[in-house]
Amino acid sequence: MDLAYSPVYQQFREEVRHFLESHRADWPPRSSLGRPSAAARKWQAMLIAQGYTARTIPAQYGGHGGEPDILKSRIIAEEFTRAGAPGGLAGQGVSMLVPTLLEMGTEEQKKHWIPKTLSGEVLWCQGYSEPGAGSDLANLQTRGTEDGDDFVINGQKIWTSTAHEADMIFCLVRTEPDAPKHKGISYLLFSMDTPGIEVRPLKTMTGHAEFNEVFFTDVRVPKTSIVGERGQGWLVANATLKHERGMLGDPNTAGTRLAAIVELMREETVDGTTLMENPLLRDRLVQLQSRVLSMQFNGLRLLTAQNAGTNPGIARLIVKLQGCELNHQLAALAIDALGELGVLYNASPRLRGKGVWQRSYMFDLGLIIGGGTAQIQKNIIAERGLGMPREPKPAPTPGGAR
Amino acid sequence: MEFALSEEQVMLQDSVERLLNDQLPLDRVRELVADGPVHDAQLWQELAALGLCGLLIPEQYGGAGLGLLDAMLVQEILGRHVAPVAFMSTSVLAPLALLAAATSDQKQNWLPRVADGSLQVAVGLSEASGARDGAGVTASDGKLNGRALFVLGAADAELILLCCRDGGLYAVHADAVGLERIALRSIDDTQCLTELNLDNVSAEELPQGDDVIASLLDAGRVLLAADTLGAAQRMLEMAVSYSQERKQFNRVVGSFQAVKHLCAEMAAELEPCRSLLWYAAYAYEAVPEDARLMACHAKSQLGEVGRFVARTATEVHGGMGFTDLLGLHYWFKRIGLNRQLLGGPERVREEAARVQGWI
Repeated sequence: MDLAYSPVYQQFREEVRHFLESHRADWPPRSSLGRPSAAARKWQAMLIAQGYTARTIPAQYGGHGGEPDILKSRIIAEEFTRAGAPGGLAGQGVSMLVPTLLEMGTEEQKKHWIPKTLSGEVLWCQGYSEPGAGSDLANLQTRGTEDGDDFVINGQKIWTSTAHEADMIFCLVRTEPDAPKHKGISYLLFSMDTPGIEVRPLKTMTGHAEFNEVFFTDVRVPKTSIVGERGQGWLVANATLKHERGMLGDPNTAGTRLAAIVELMREETVDGTTLMENPLLRDRLVQLQSRVLSMQFNGLRLLTAQNAGTNPGIARLIVKLQGCELNHQLAALAIDALGELGVLYNASPRLRGKGVWQRSYMFDLGLIIGGGTAQIQKNIIAERGLGMPREPKPAPTPGGAR
Repeated sequence: MEFALSEEQVMLQDSVERLLNDQLPLDRVRELVADGPVHDAQLWQELAALGLCGLLIPEQYGGAGLGLLDAMLVQEILGRHVAPVAFMSTSVLAPLALLAAATSDQKQNWLPRVADGSLQVAVGLSEASGARDGAGVTASDGKLNGRALFVLGAADAELILLCCRDGGLYAVHADAVGLERIALRSIDDTQCLTELNLDNVSAEELPQGDDVIASLLDAGRVLLAADTLGAAQRMLEMAVSYSQERKQFNRVVGSFQAVKHLCAEMAAELEPCRSLLWYAAYAYEAVPEDARLMACHAKSQLGEVGRFVARTATEVHGGMGFTDLLGLHYWFKRIGLNRQLLGGPERVREEAARVQGWI
């Protein structure tokens, strides 16, 4: 146990801090996961050159090509948070497809897709969930029927964020209809401009359409667009989901949110006294702080294990469940502390923080459900973490219908 | 930077685990505490033989010279086995107090005897975190008067360290004239709690005591949190194991999601506490500016999560969890005691807010 930073790292921290301060003019405005602005792409290129994002991705694939160094990664994250500086691109292409290709892609796929994805030139969406395949993702029914050198795809995806802007999709398609459900899926990459694709926005409780439905009618995709082997898509997808779960529930989000609530409670008043002077609100704040710190130190533990190549076990399996719930509870506290001001929304007069607390409170519920529901996470923790029995398989349906 | 236990620390925990697996089955605990709380003197000698009694004591006084993180790891295993020993008072709080505040003669007199396991030291710190029933001890001209409640450590400890209203630390010998010791009886018979009434009792002052008491509270809170972590982890393991033996509706109950999810929730709550505790113990020596806040967080969070695990693990055992037969209640009660000692969650959270300048 040694959390002290040696002089090399102290100097690295100074470098990061200096870079962020002296390039303040280059900071792009914060944006959501959609298509990055020119400023955001320029910033991304600067960050890759510095090694502040895509740090360990080999240079031949457009990354920085640095050695893995958990300390430097940590320092970078800390300094960006401290300065309030925008990080690198974080869409599903960068966060999920790139690590998946690095792990499962061919050399040609890596060379072709990773650089364009990292630079923000190509925007991706993820075609996994279907109306009938949510928690039971392997039950997906979108079909890819073999026809010469192509698959002809028919079916529907849902919860496809950024599909309306995306250039490309990484998509799970059933290509082997006679194989068992986990062994009949292939992982395909294809253009969203392919004829036969229709995207419809899916408006959520937040009032915004953060997601879409995507319909495929006779969409023709070359067989060469597959990642991994035919029928191995489930394995490839699980590699991706692993990365997604690492991303959801990130304790740095909770840390930033906690700091914002502390500031809010010190500044906002009710009946002329600050919210912080209310002992009940303050107690909730400290309770949540305990949880934020726990998850941050849990994150340090995961980084150390990752660096040492050891399996952190349960400490890793709980991140999505605990992190998303924690973020939700933080938003709830901010809303309660603000009271009537906390329910203002939609560009209302007297709106606080551009309505971020209500939007987060609602959107976080989506994150608790998405990426493997809280209940699925608990199954994973119980089965993989604690070694408890899996759900008994239902008896086979007569006639072999899936 | 590395946020993990060292090989030596893992070995330390393993060696205590092996000893207690061997020497302290639940039946032995039952037998020991059958007539109320006692200190297991036999086990204490075994711990001394492993060098654990003097873990924090420098080598010049016969100890191992290790740090609070190591002591915390030992306490975790003691909690795991609901060990009826006073490791926290004798081997952690007393050495920390003596090393920081005692004269060299006092250190020379007492530290080697703590290290070799021949001296038990009780520590009265409760009033520093909140005085109940008007308790408090005042010192004047080397004489102590008043009452100390919830003194931690063996009921027959030879030496008692007390914090006084003026912020000073005093050492009282058990046989001092004017000292009355009354055993308190808590839910948890694996730990002794004592009331002391002092009527003009002669005491030795530890001269540098003034700055030490707050820091002793920090250490005590980290240790109590560690004890709860160990106890709660064991309760979770017992629940997981029981749920895979017990059958209802022709299935082991652990195959029902209703039960699996209770176990997953316990694990999800408990696991991050381990990291919080590691940092709190590490910060005690390495990051002094964080020490008080982190000790408050560790104490509060383990108090809350410990209570959740204690009740949930009991529930997973169904009716059997409620009986004396399985003995689950020893852990349940130990966790219940730890939650209140040296400040319950609400009180330490208030302190955490104050430390950060929020009030």
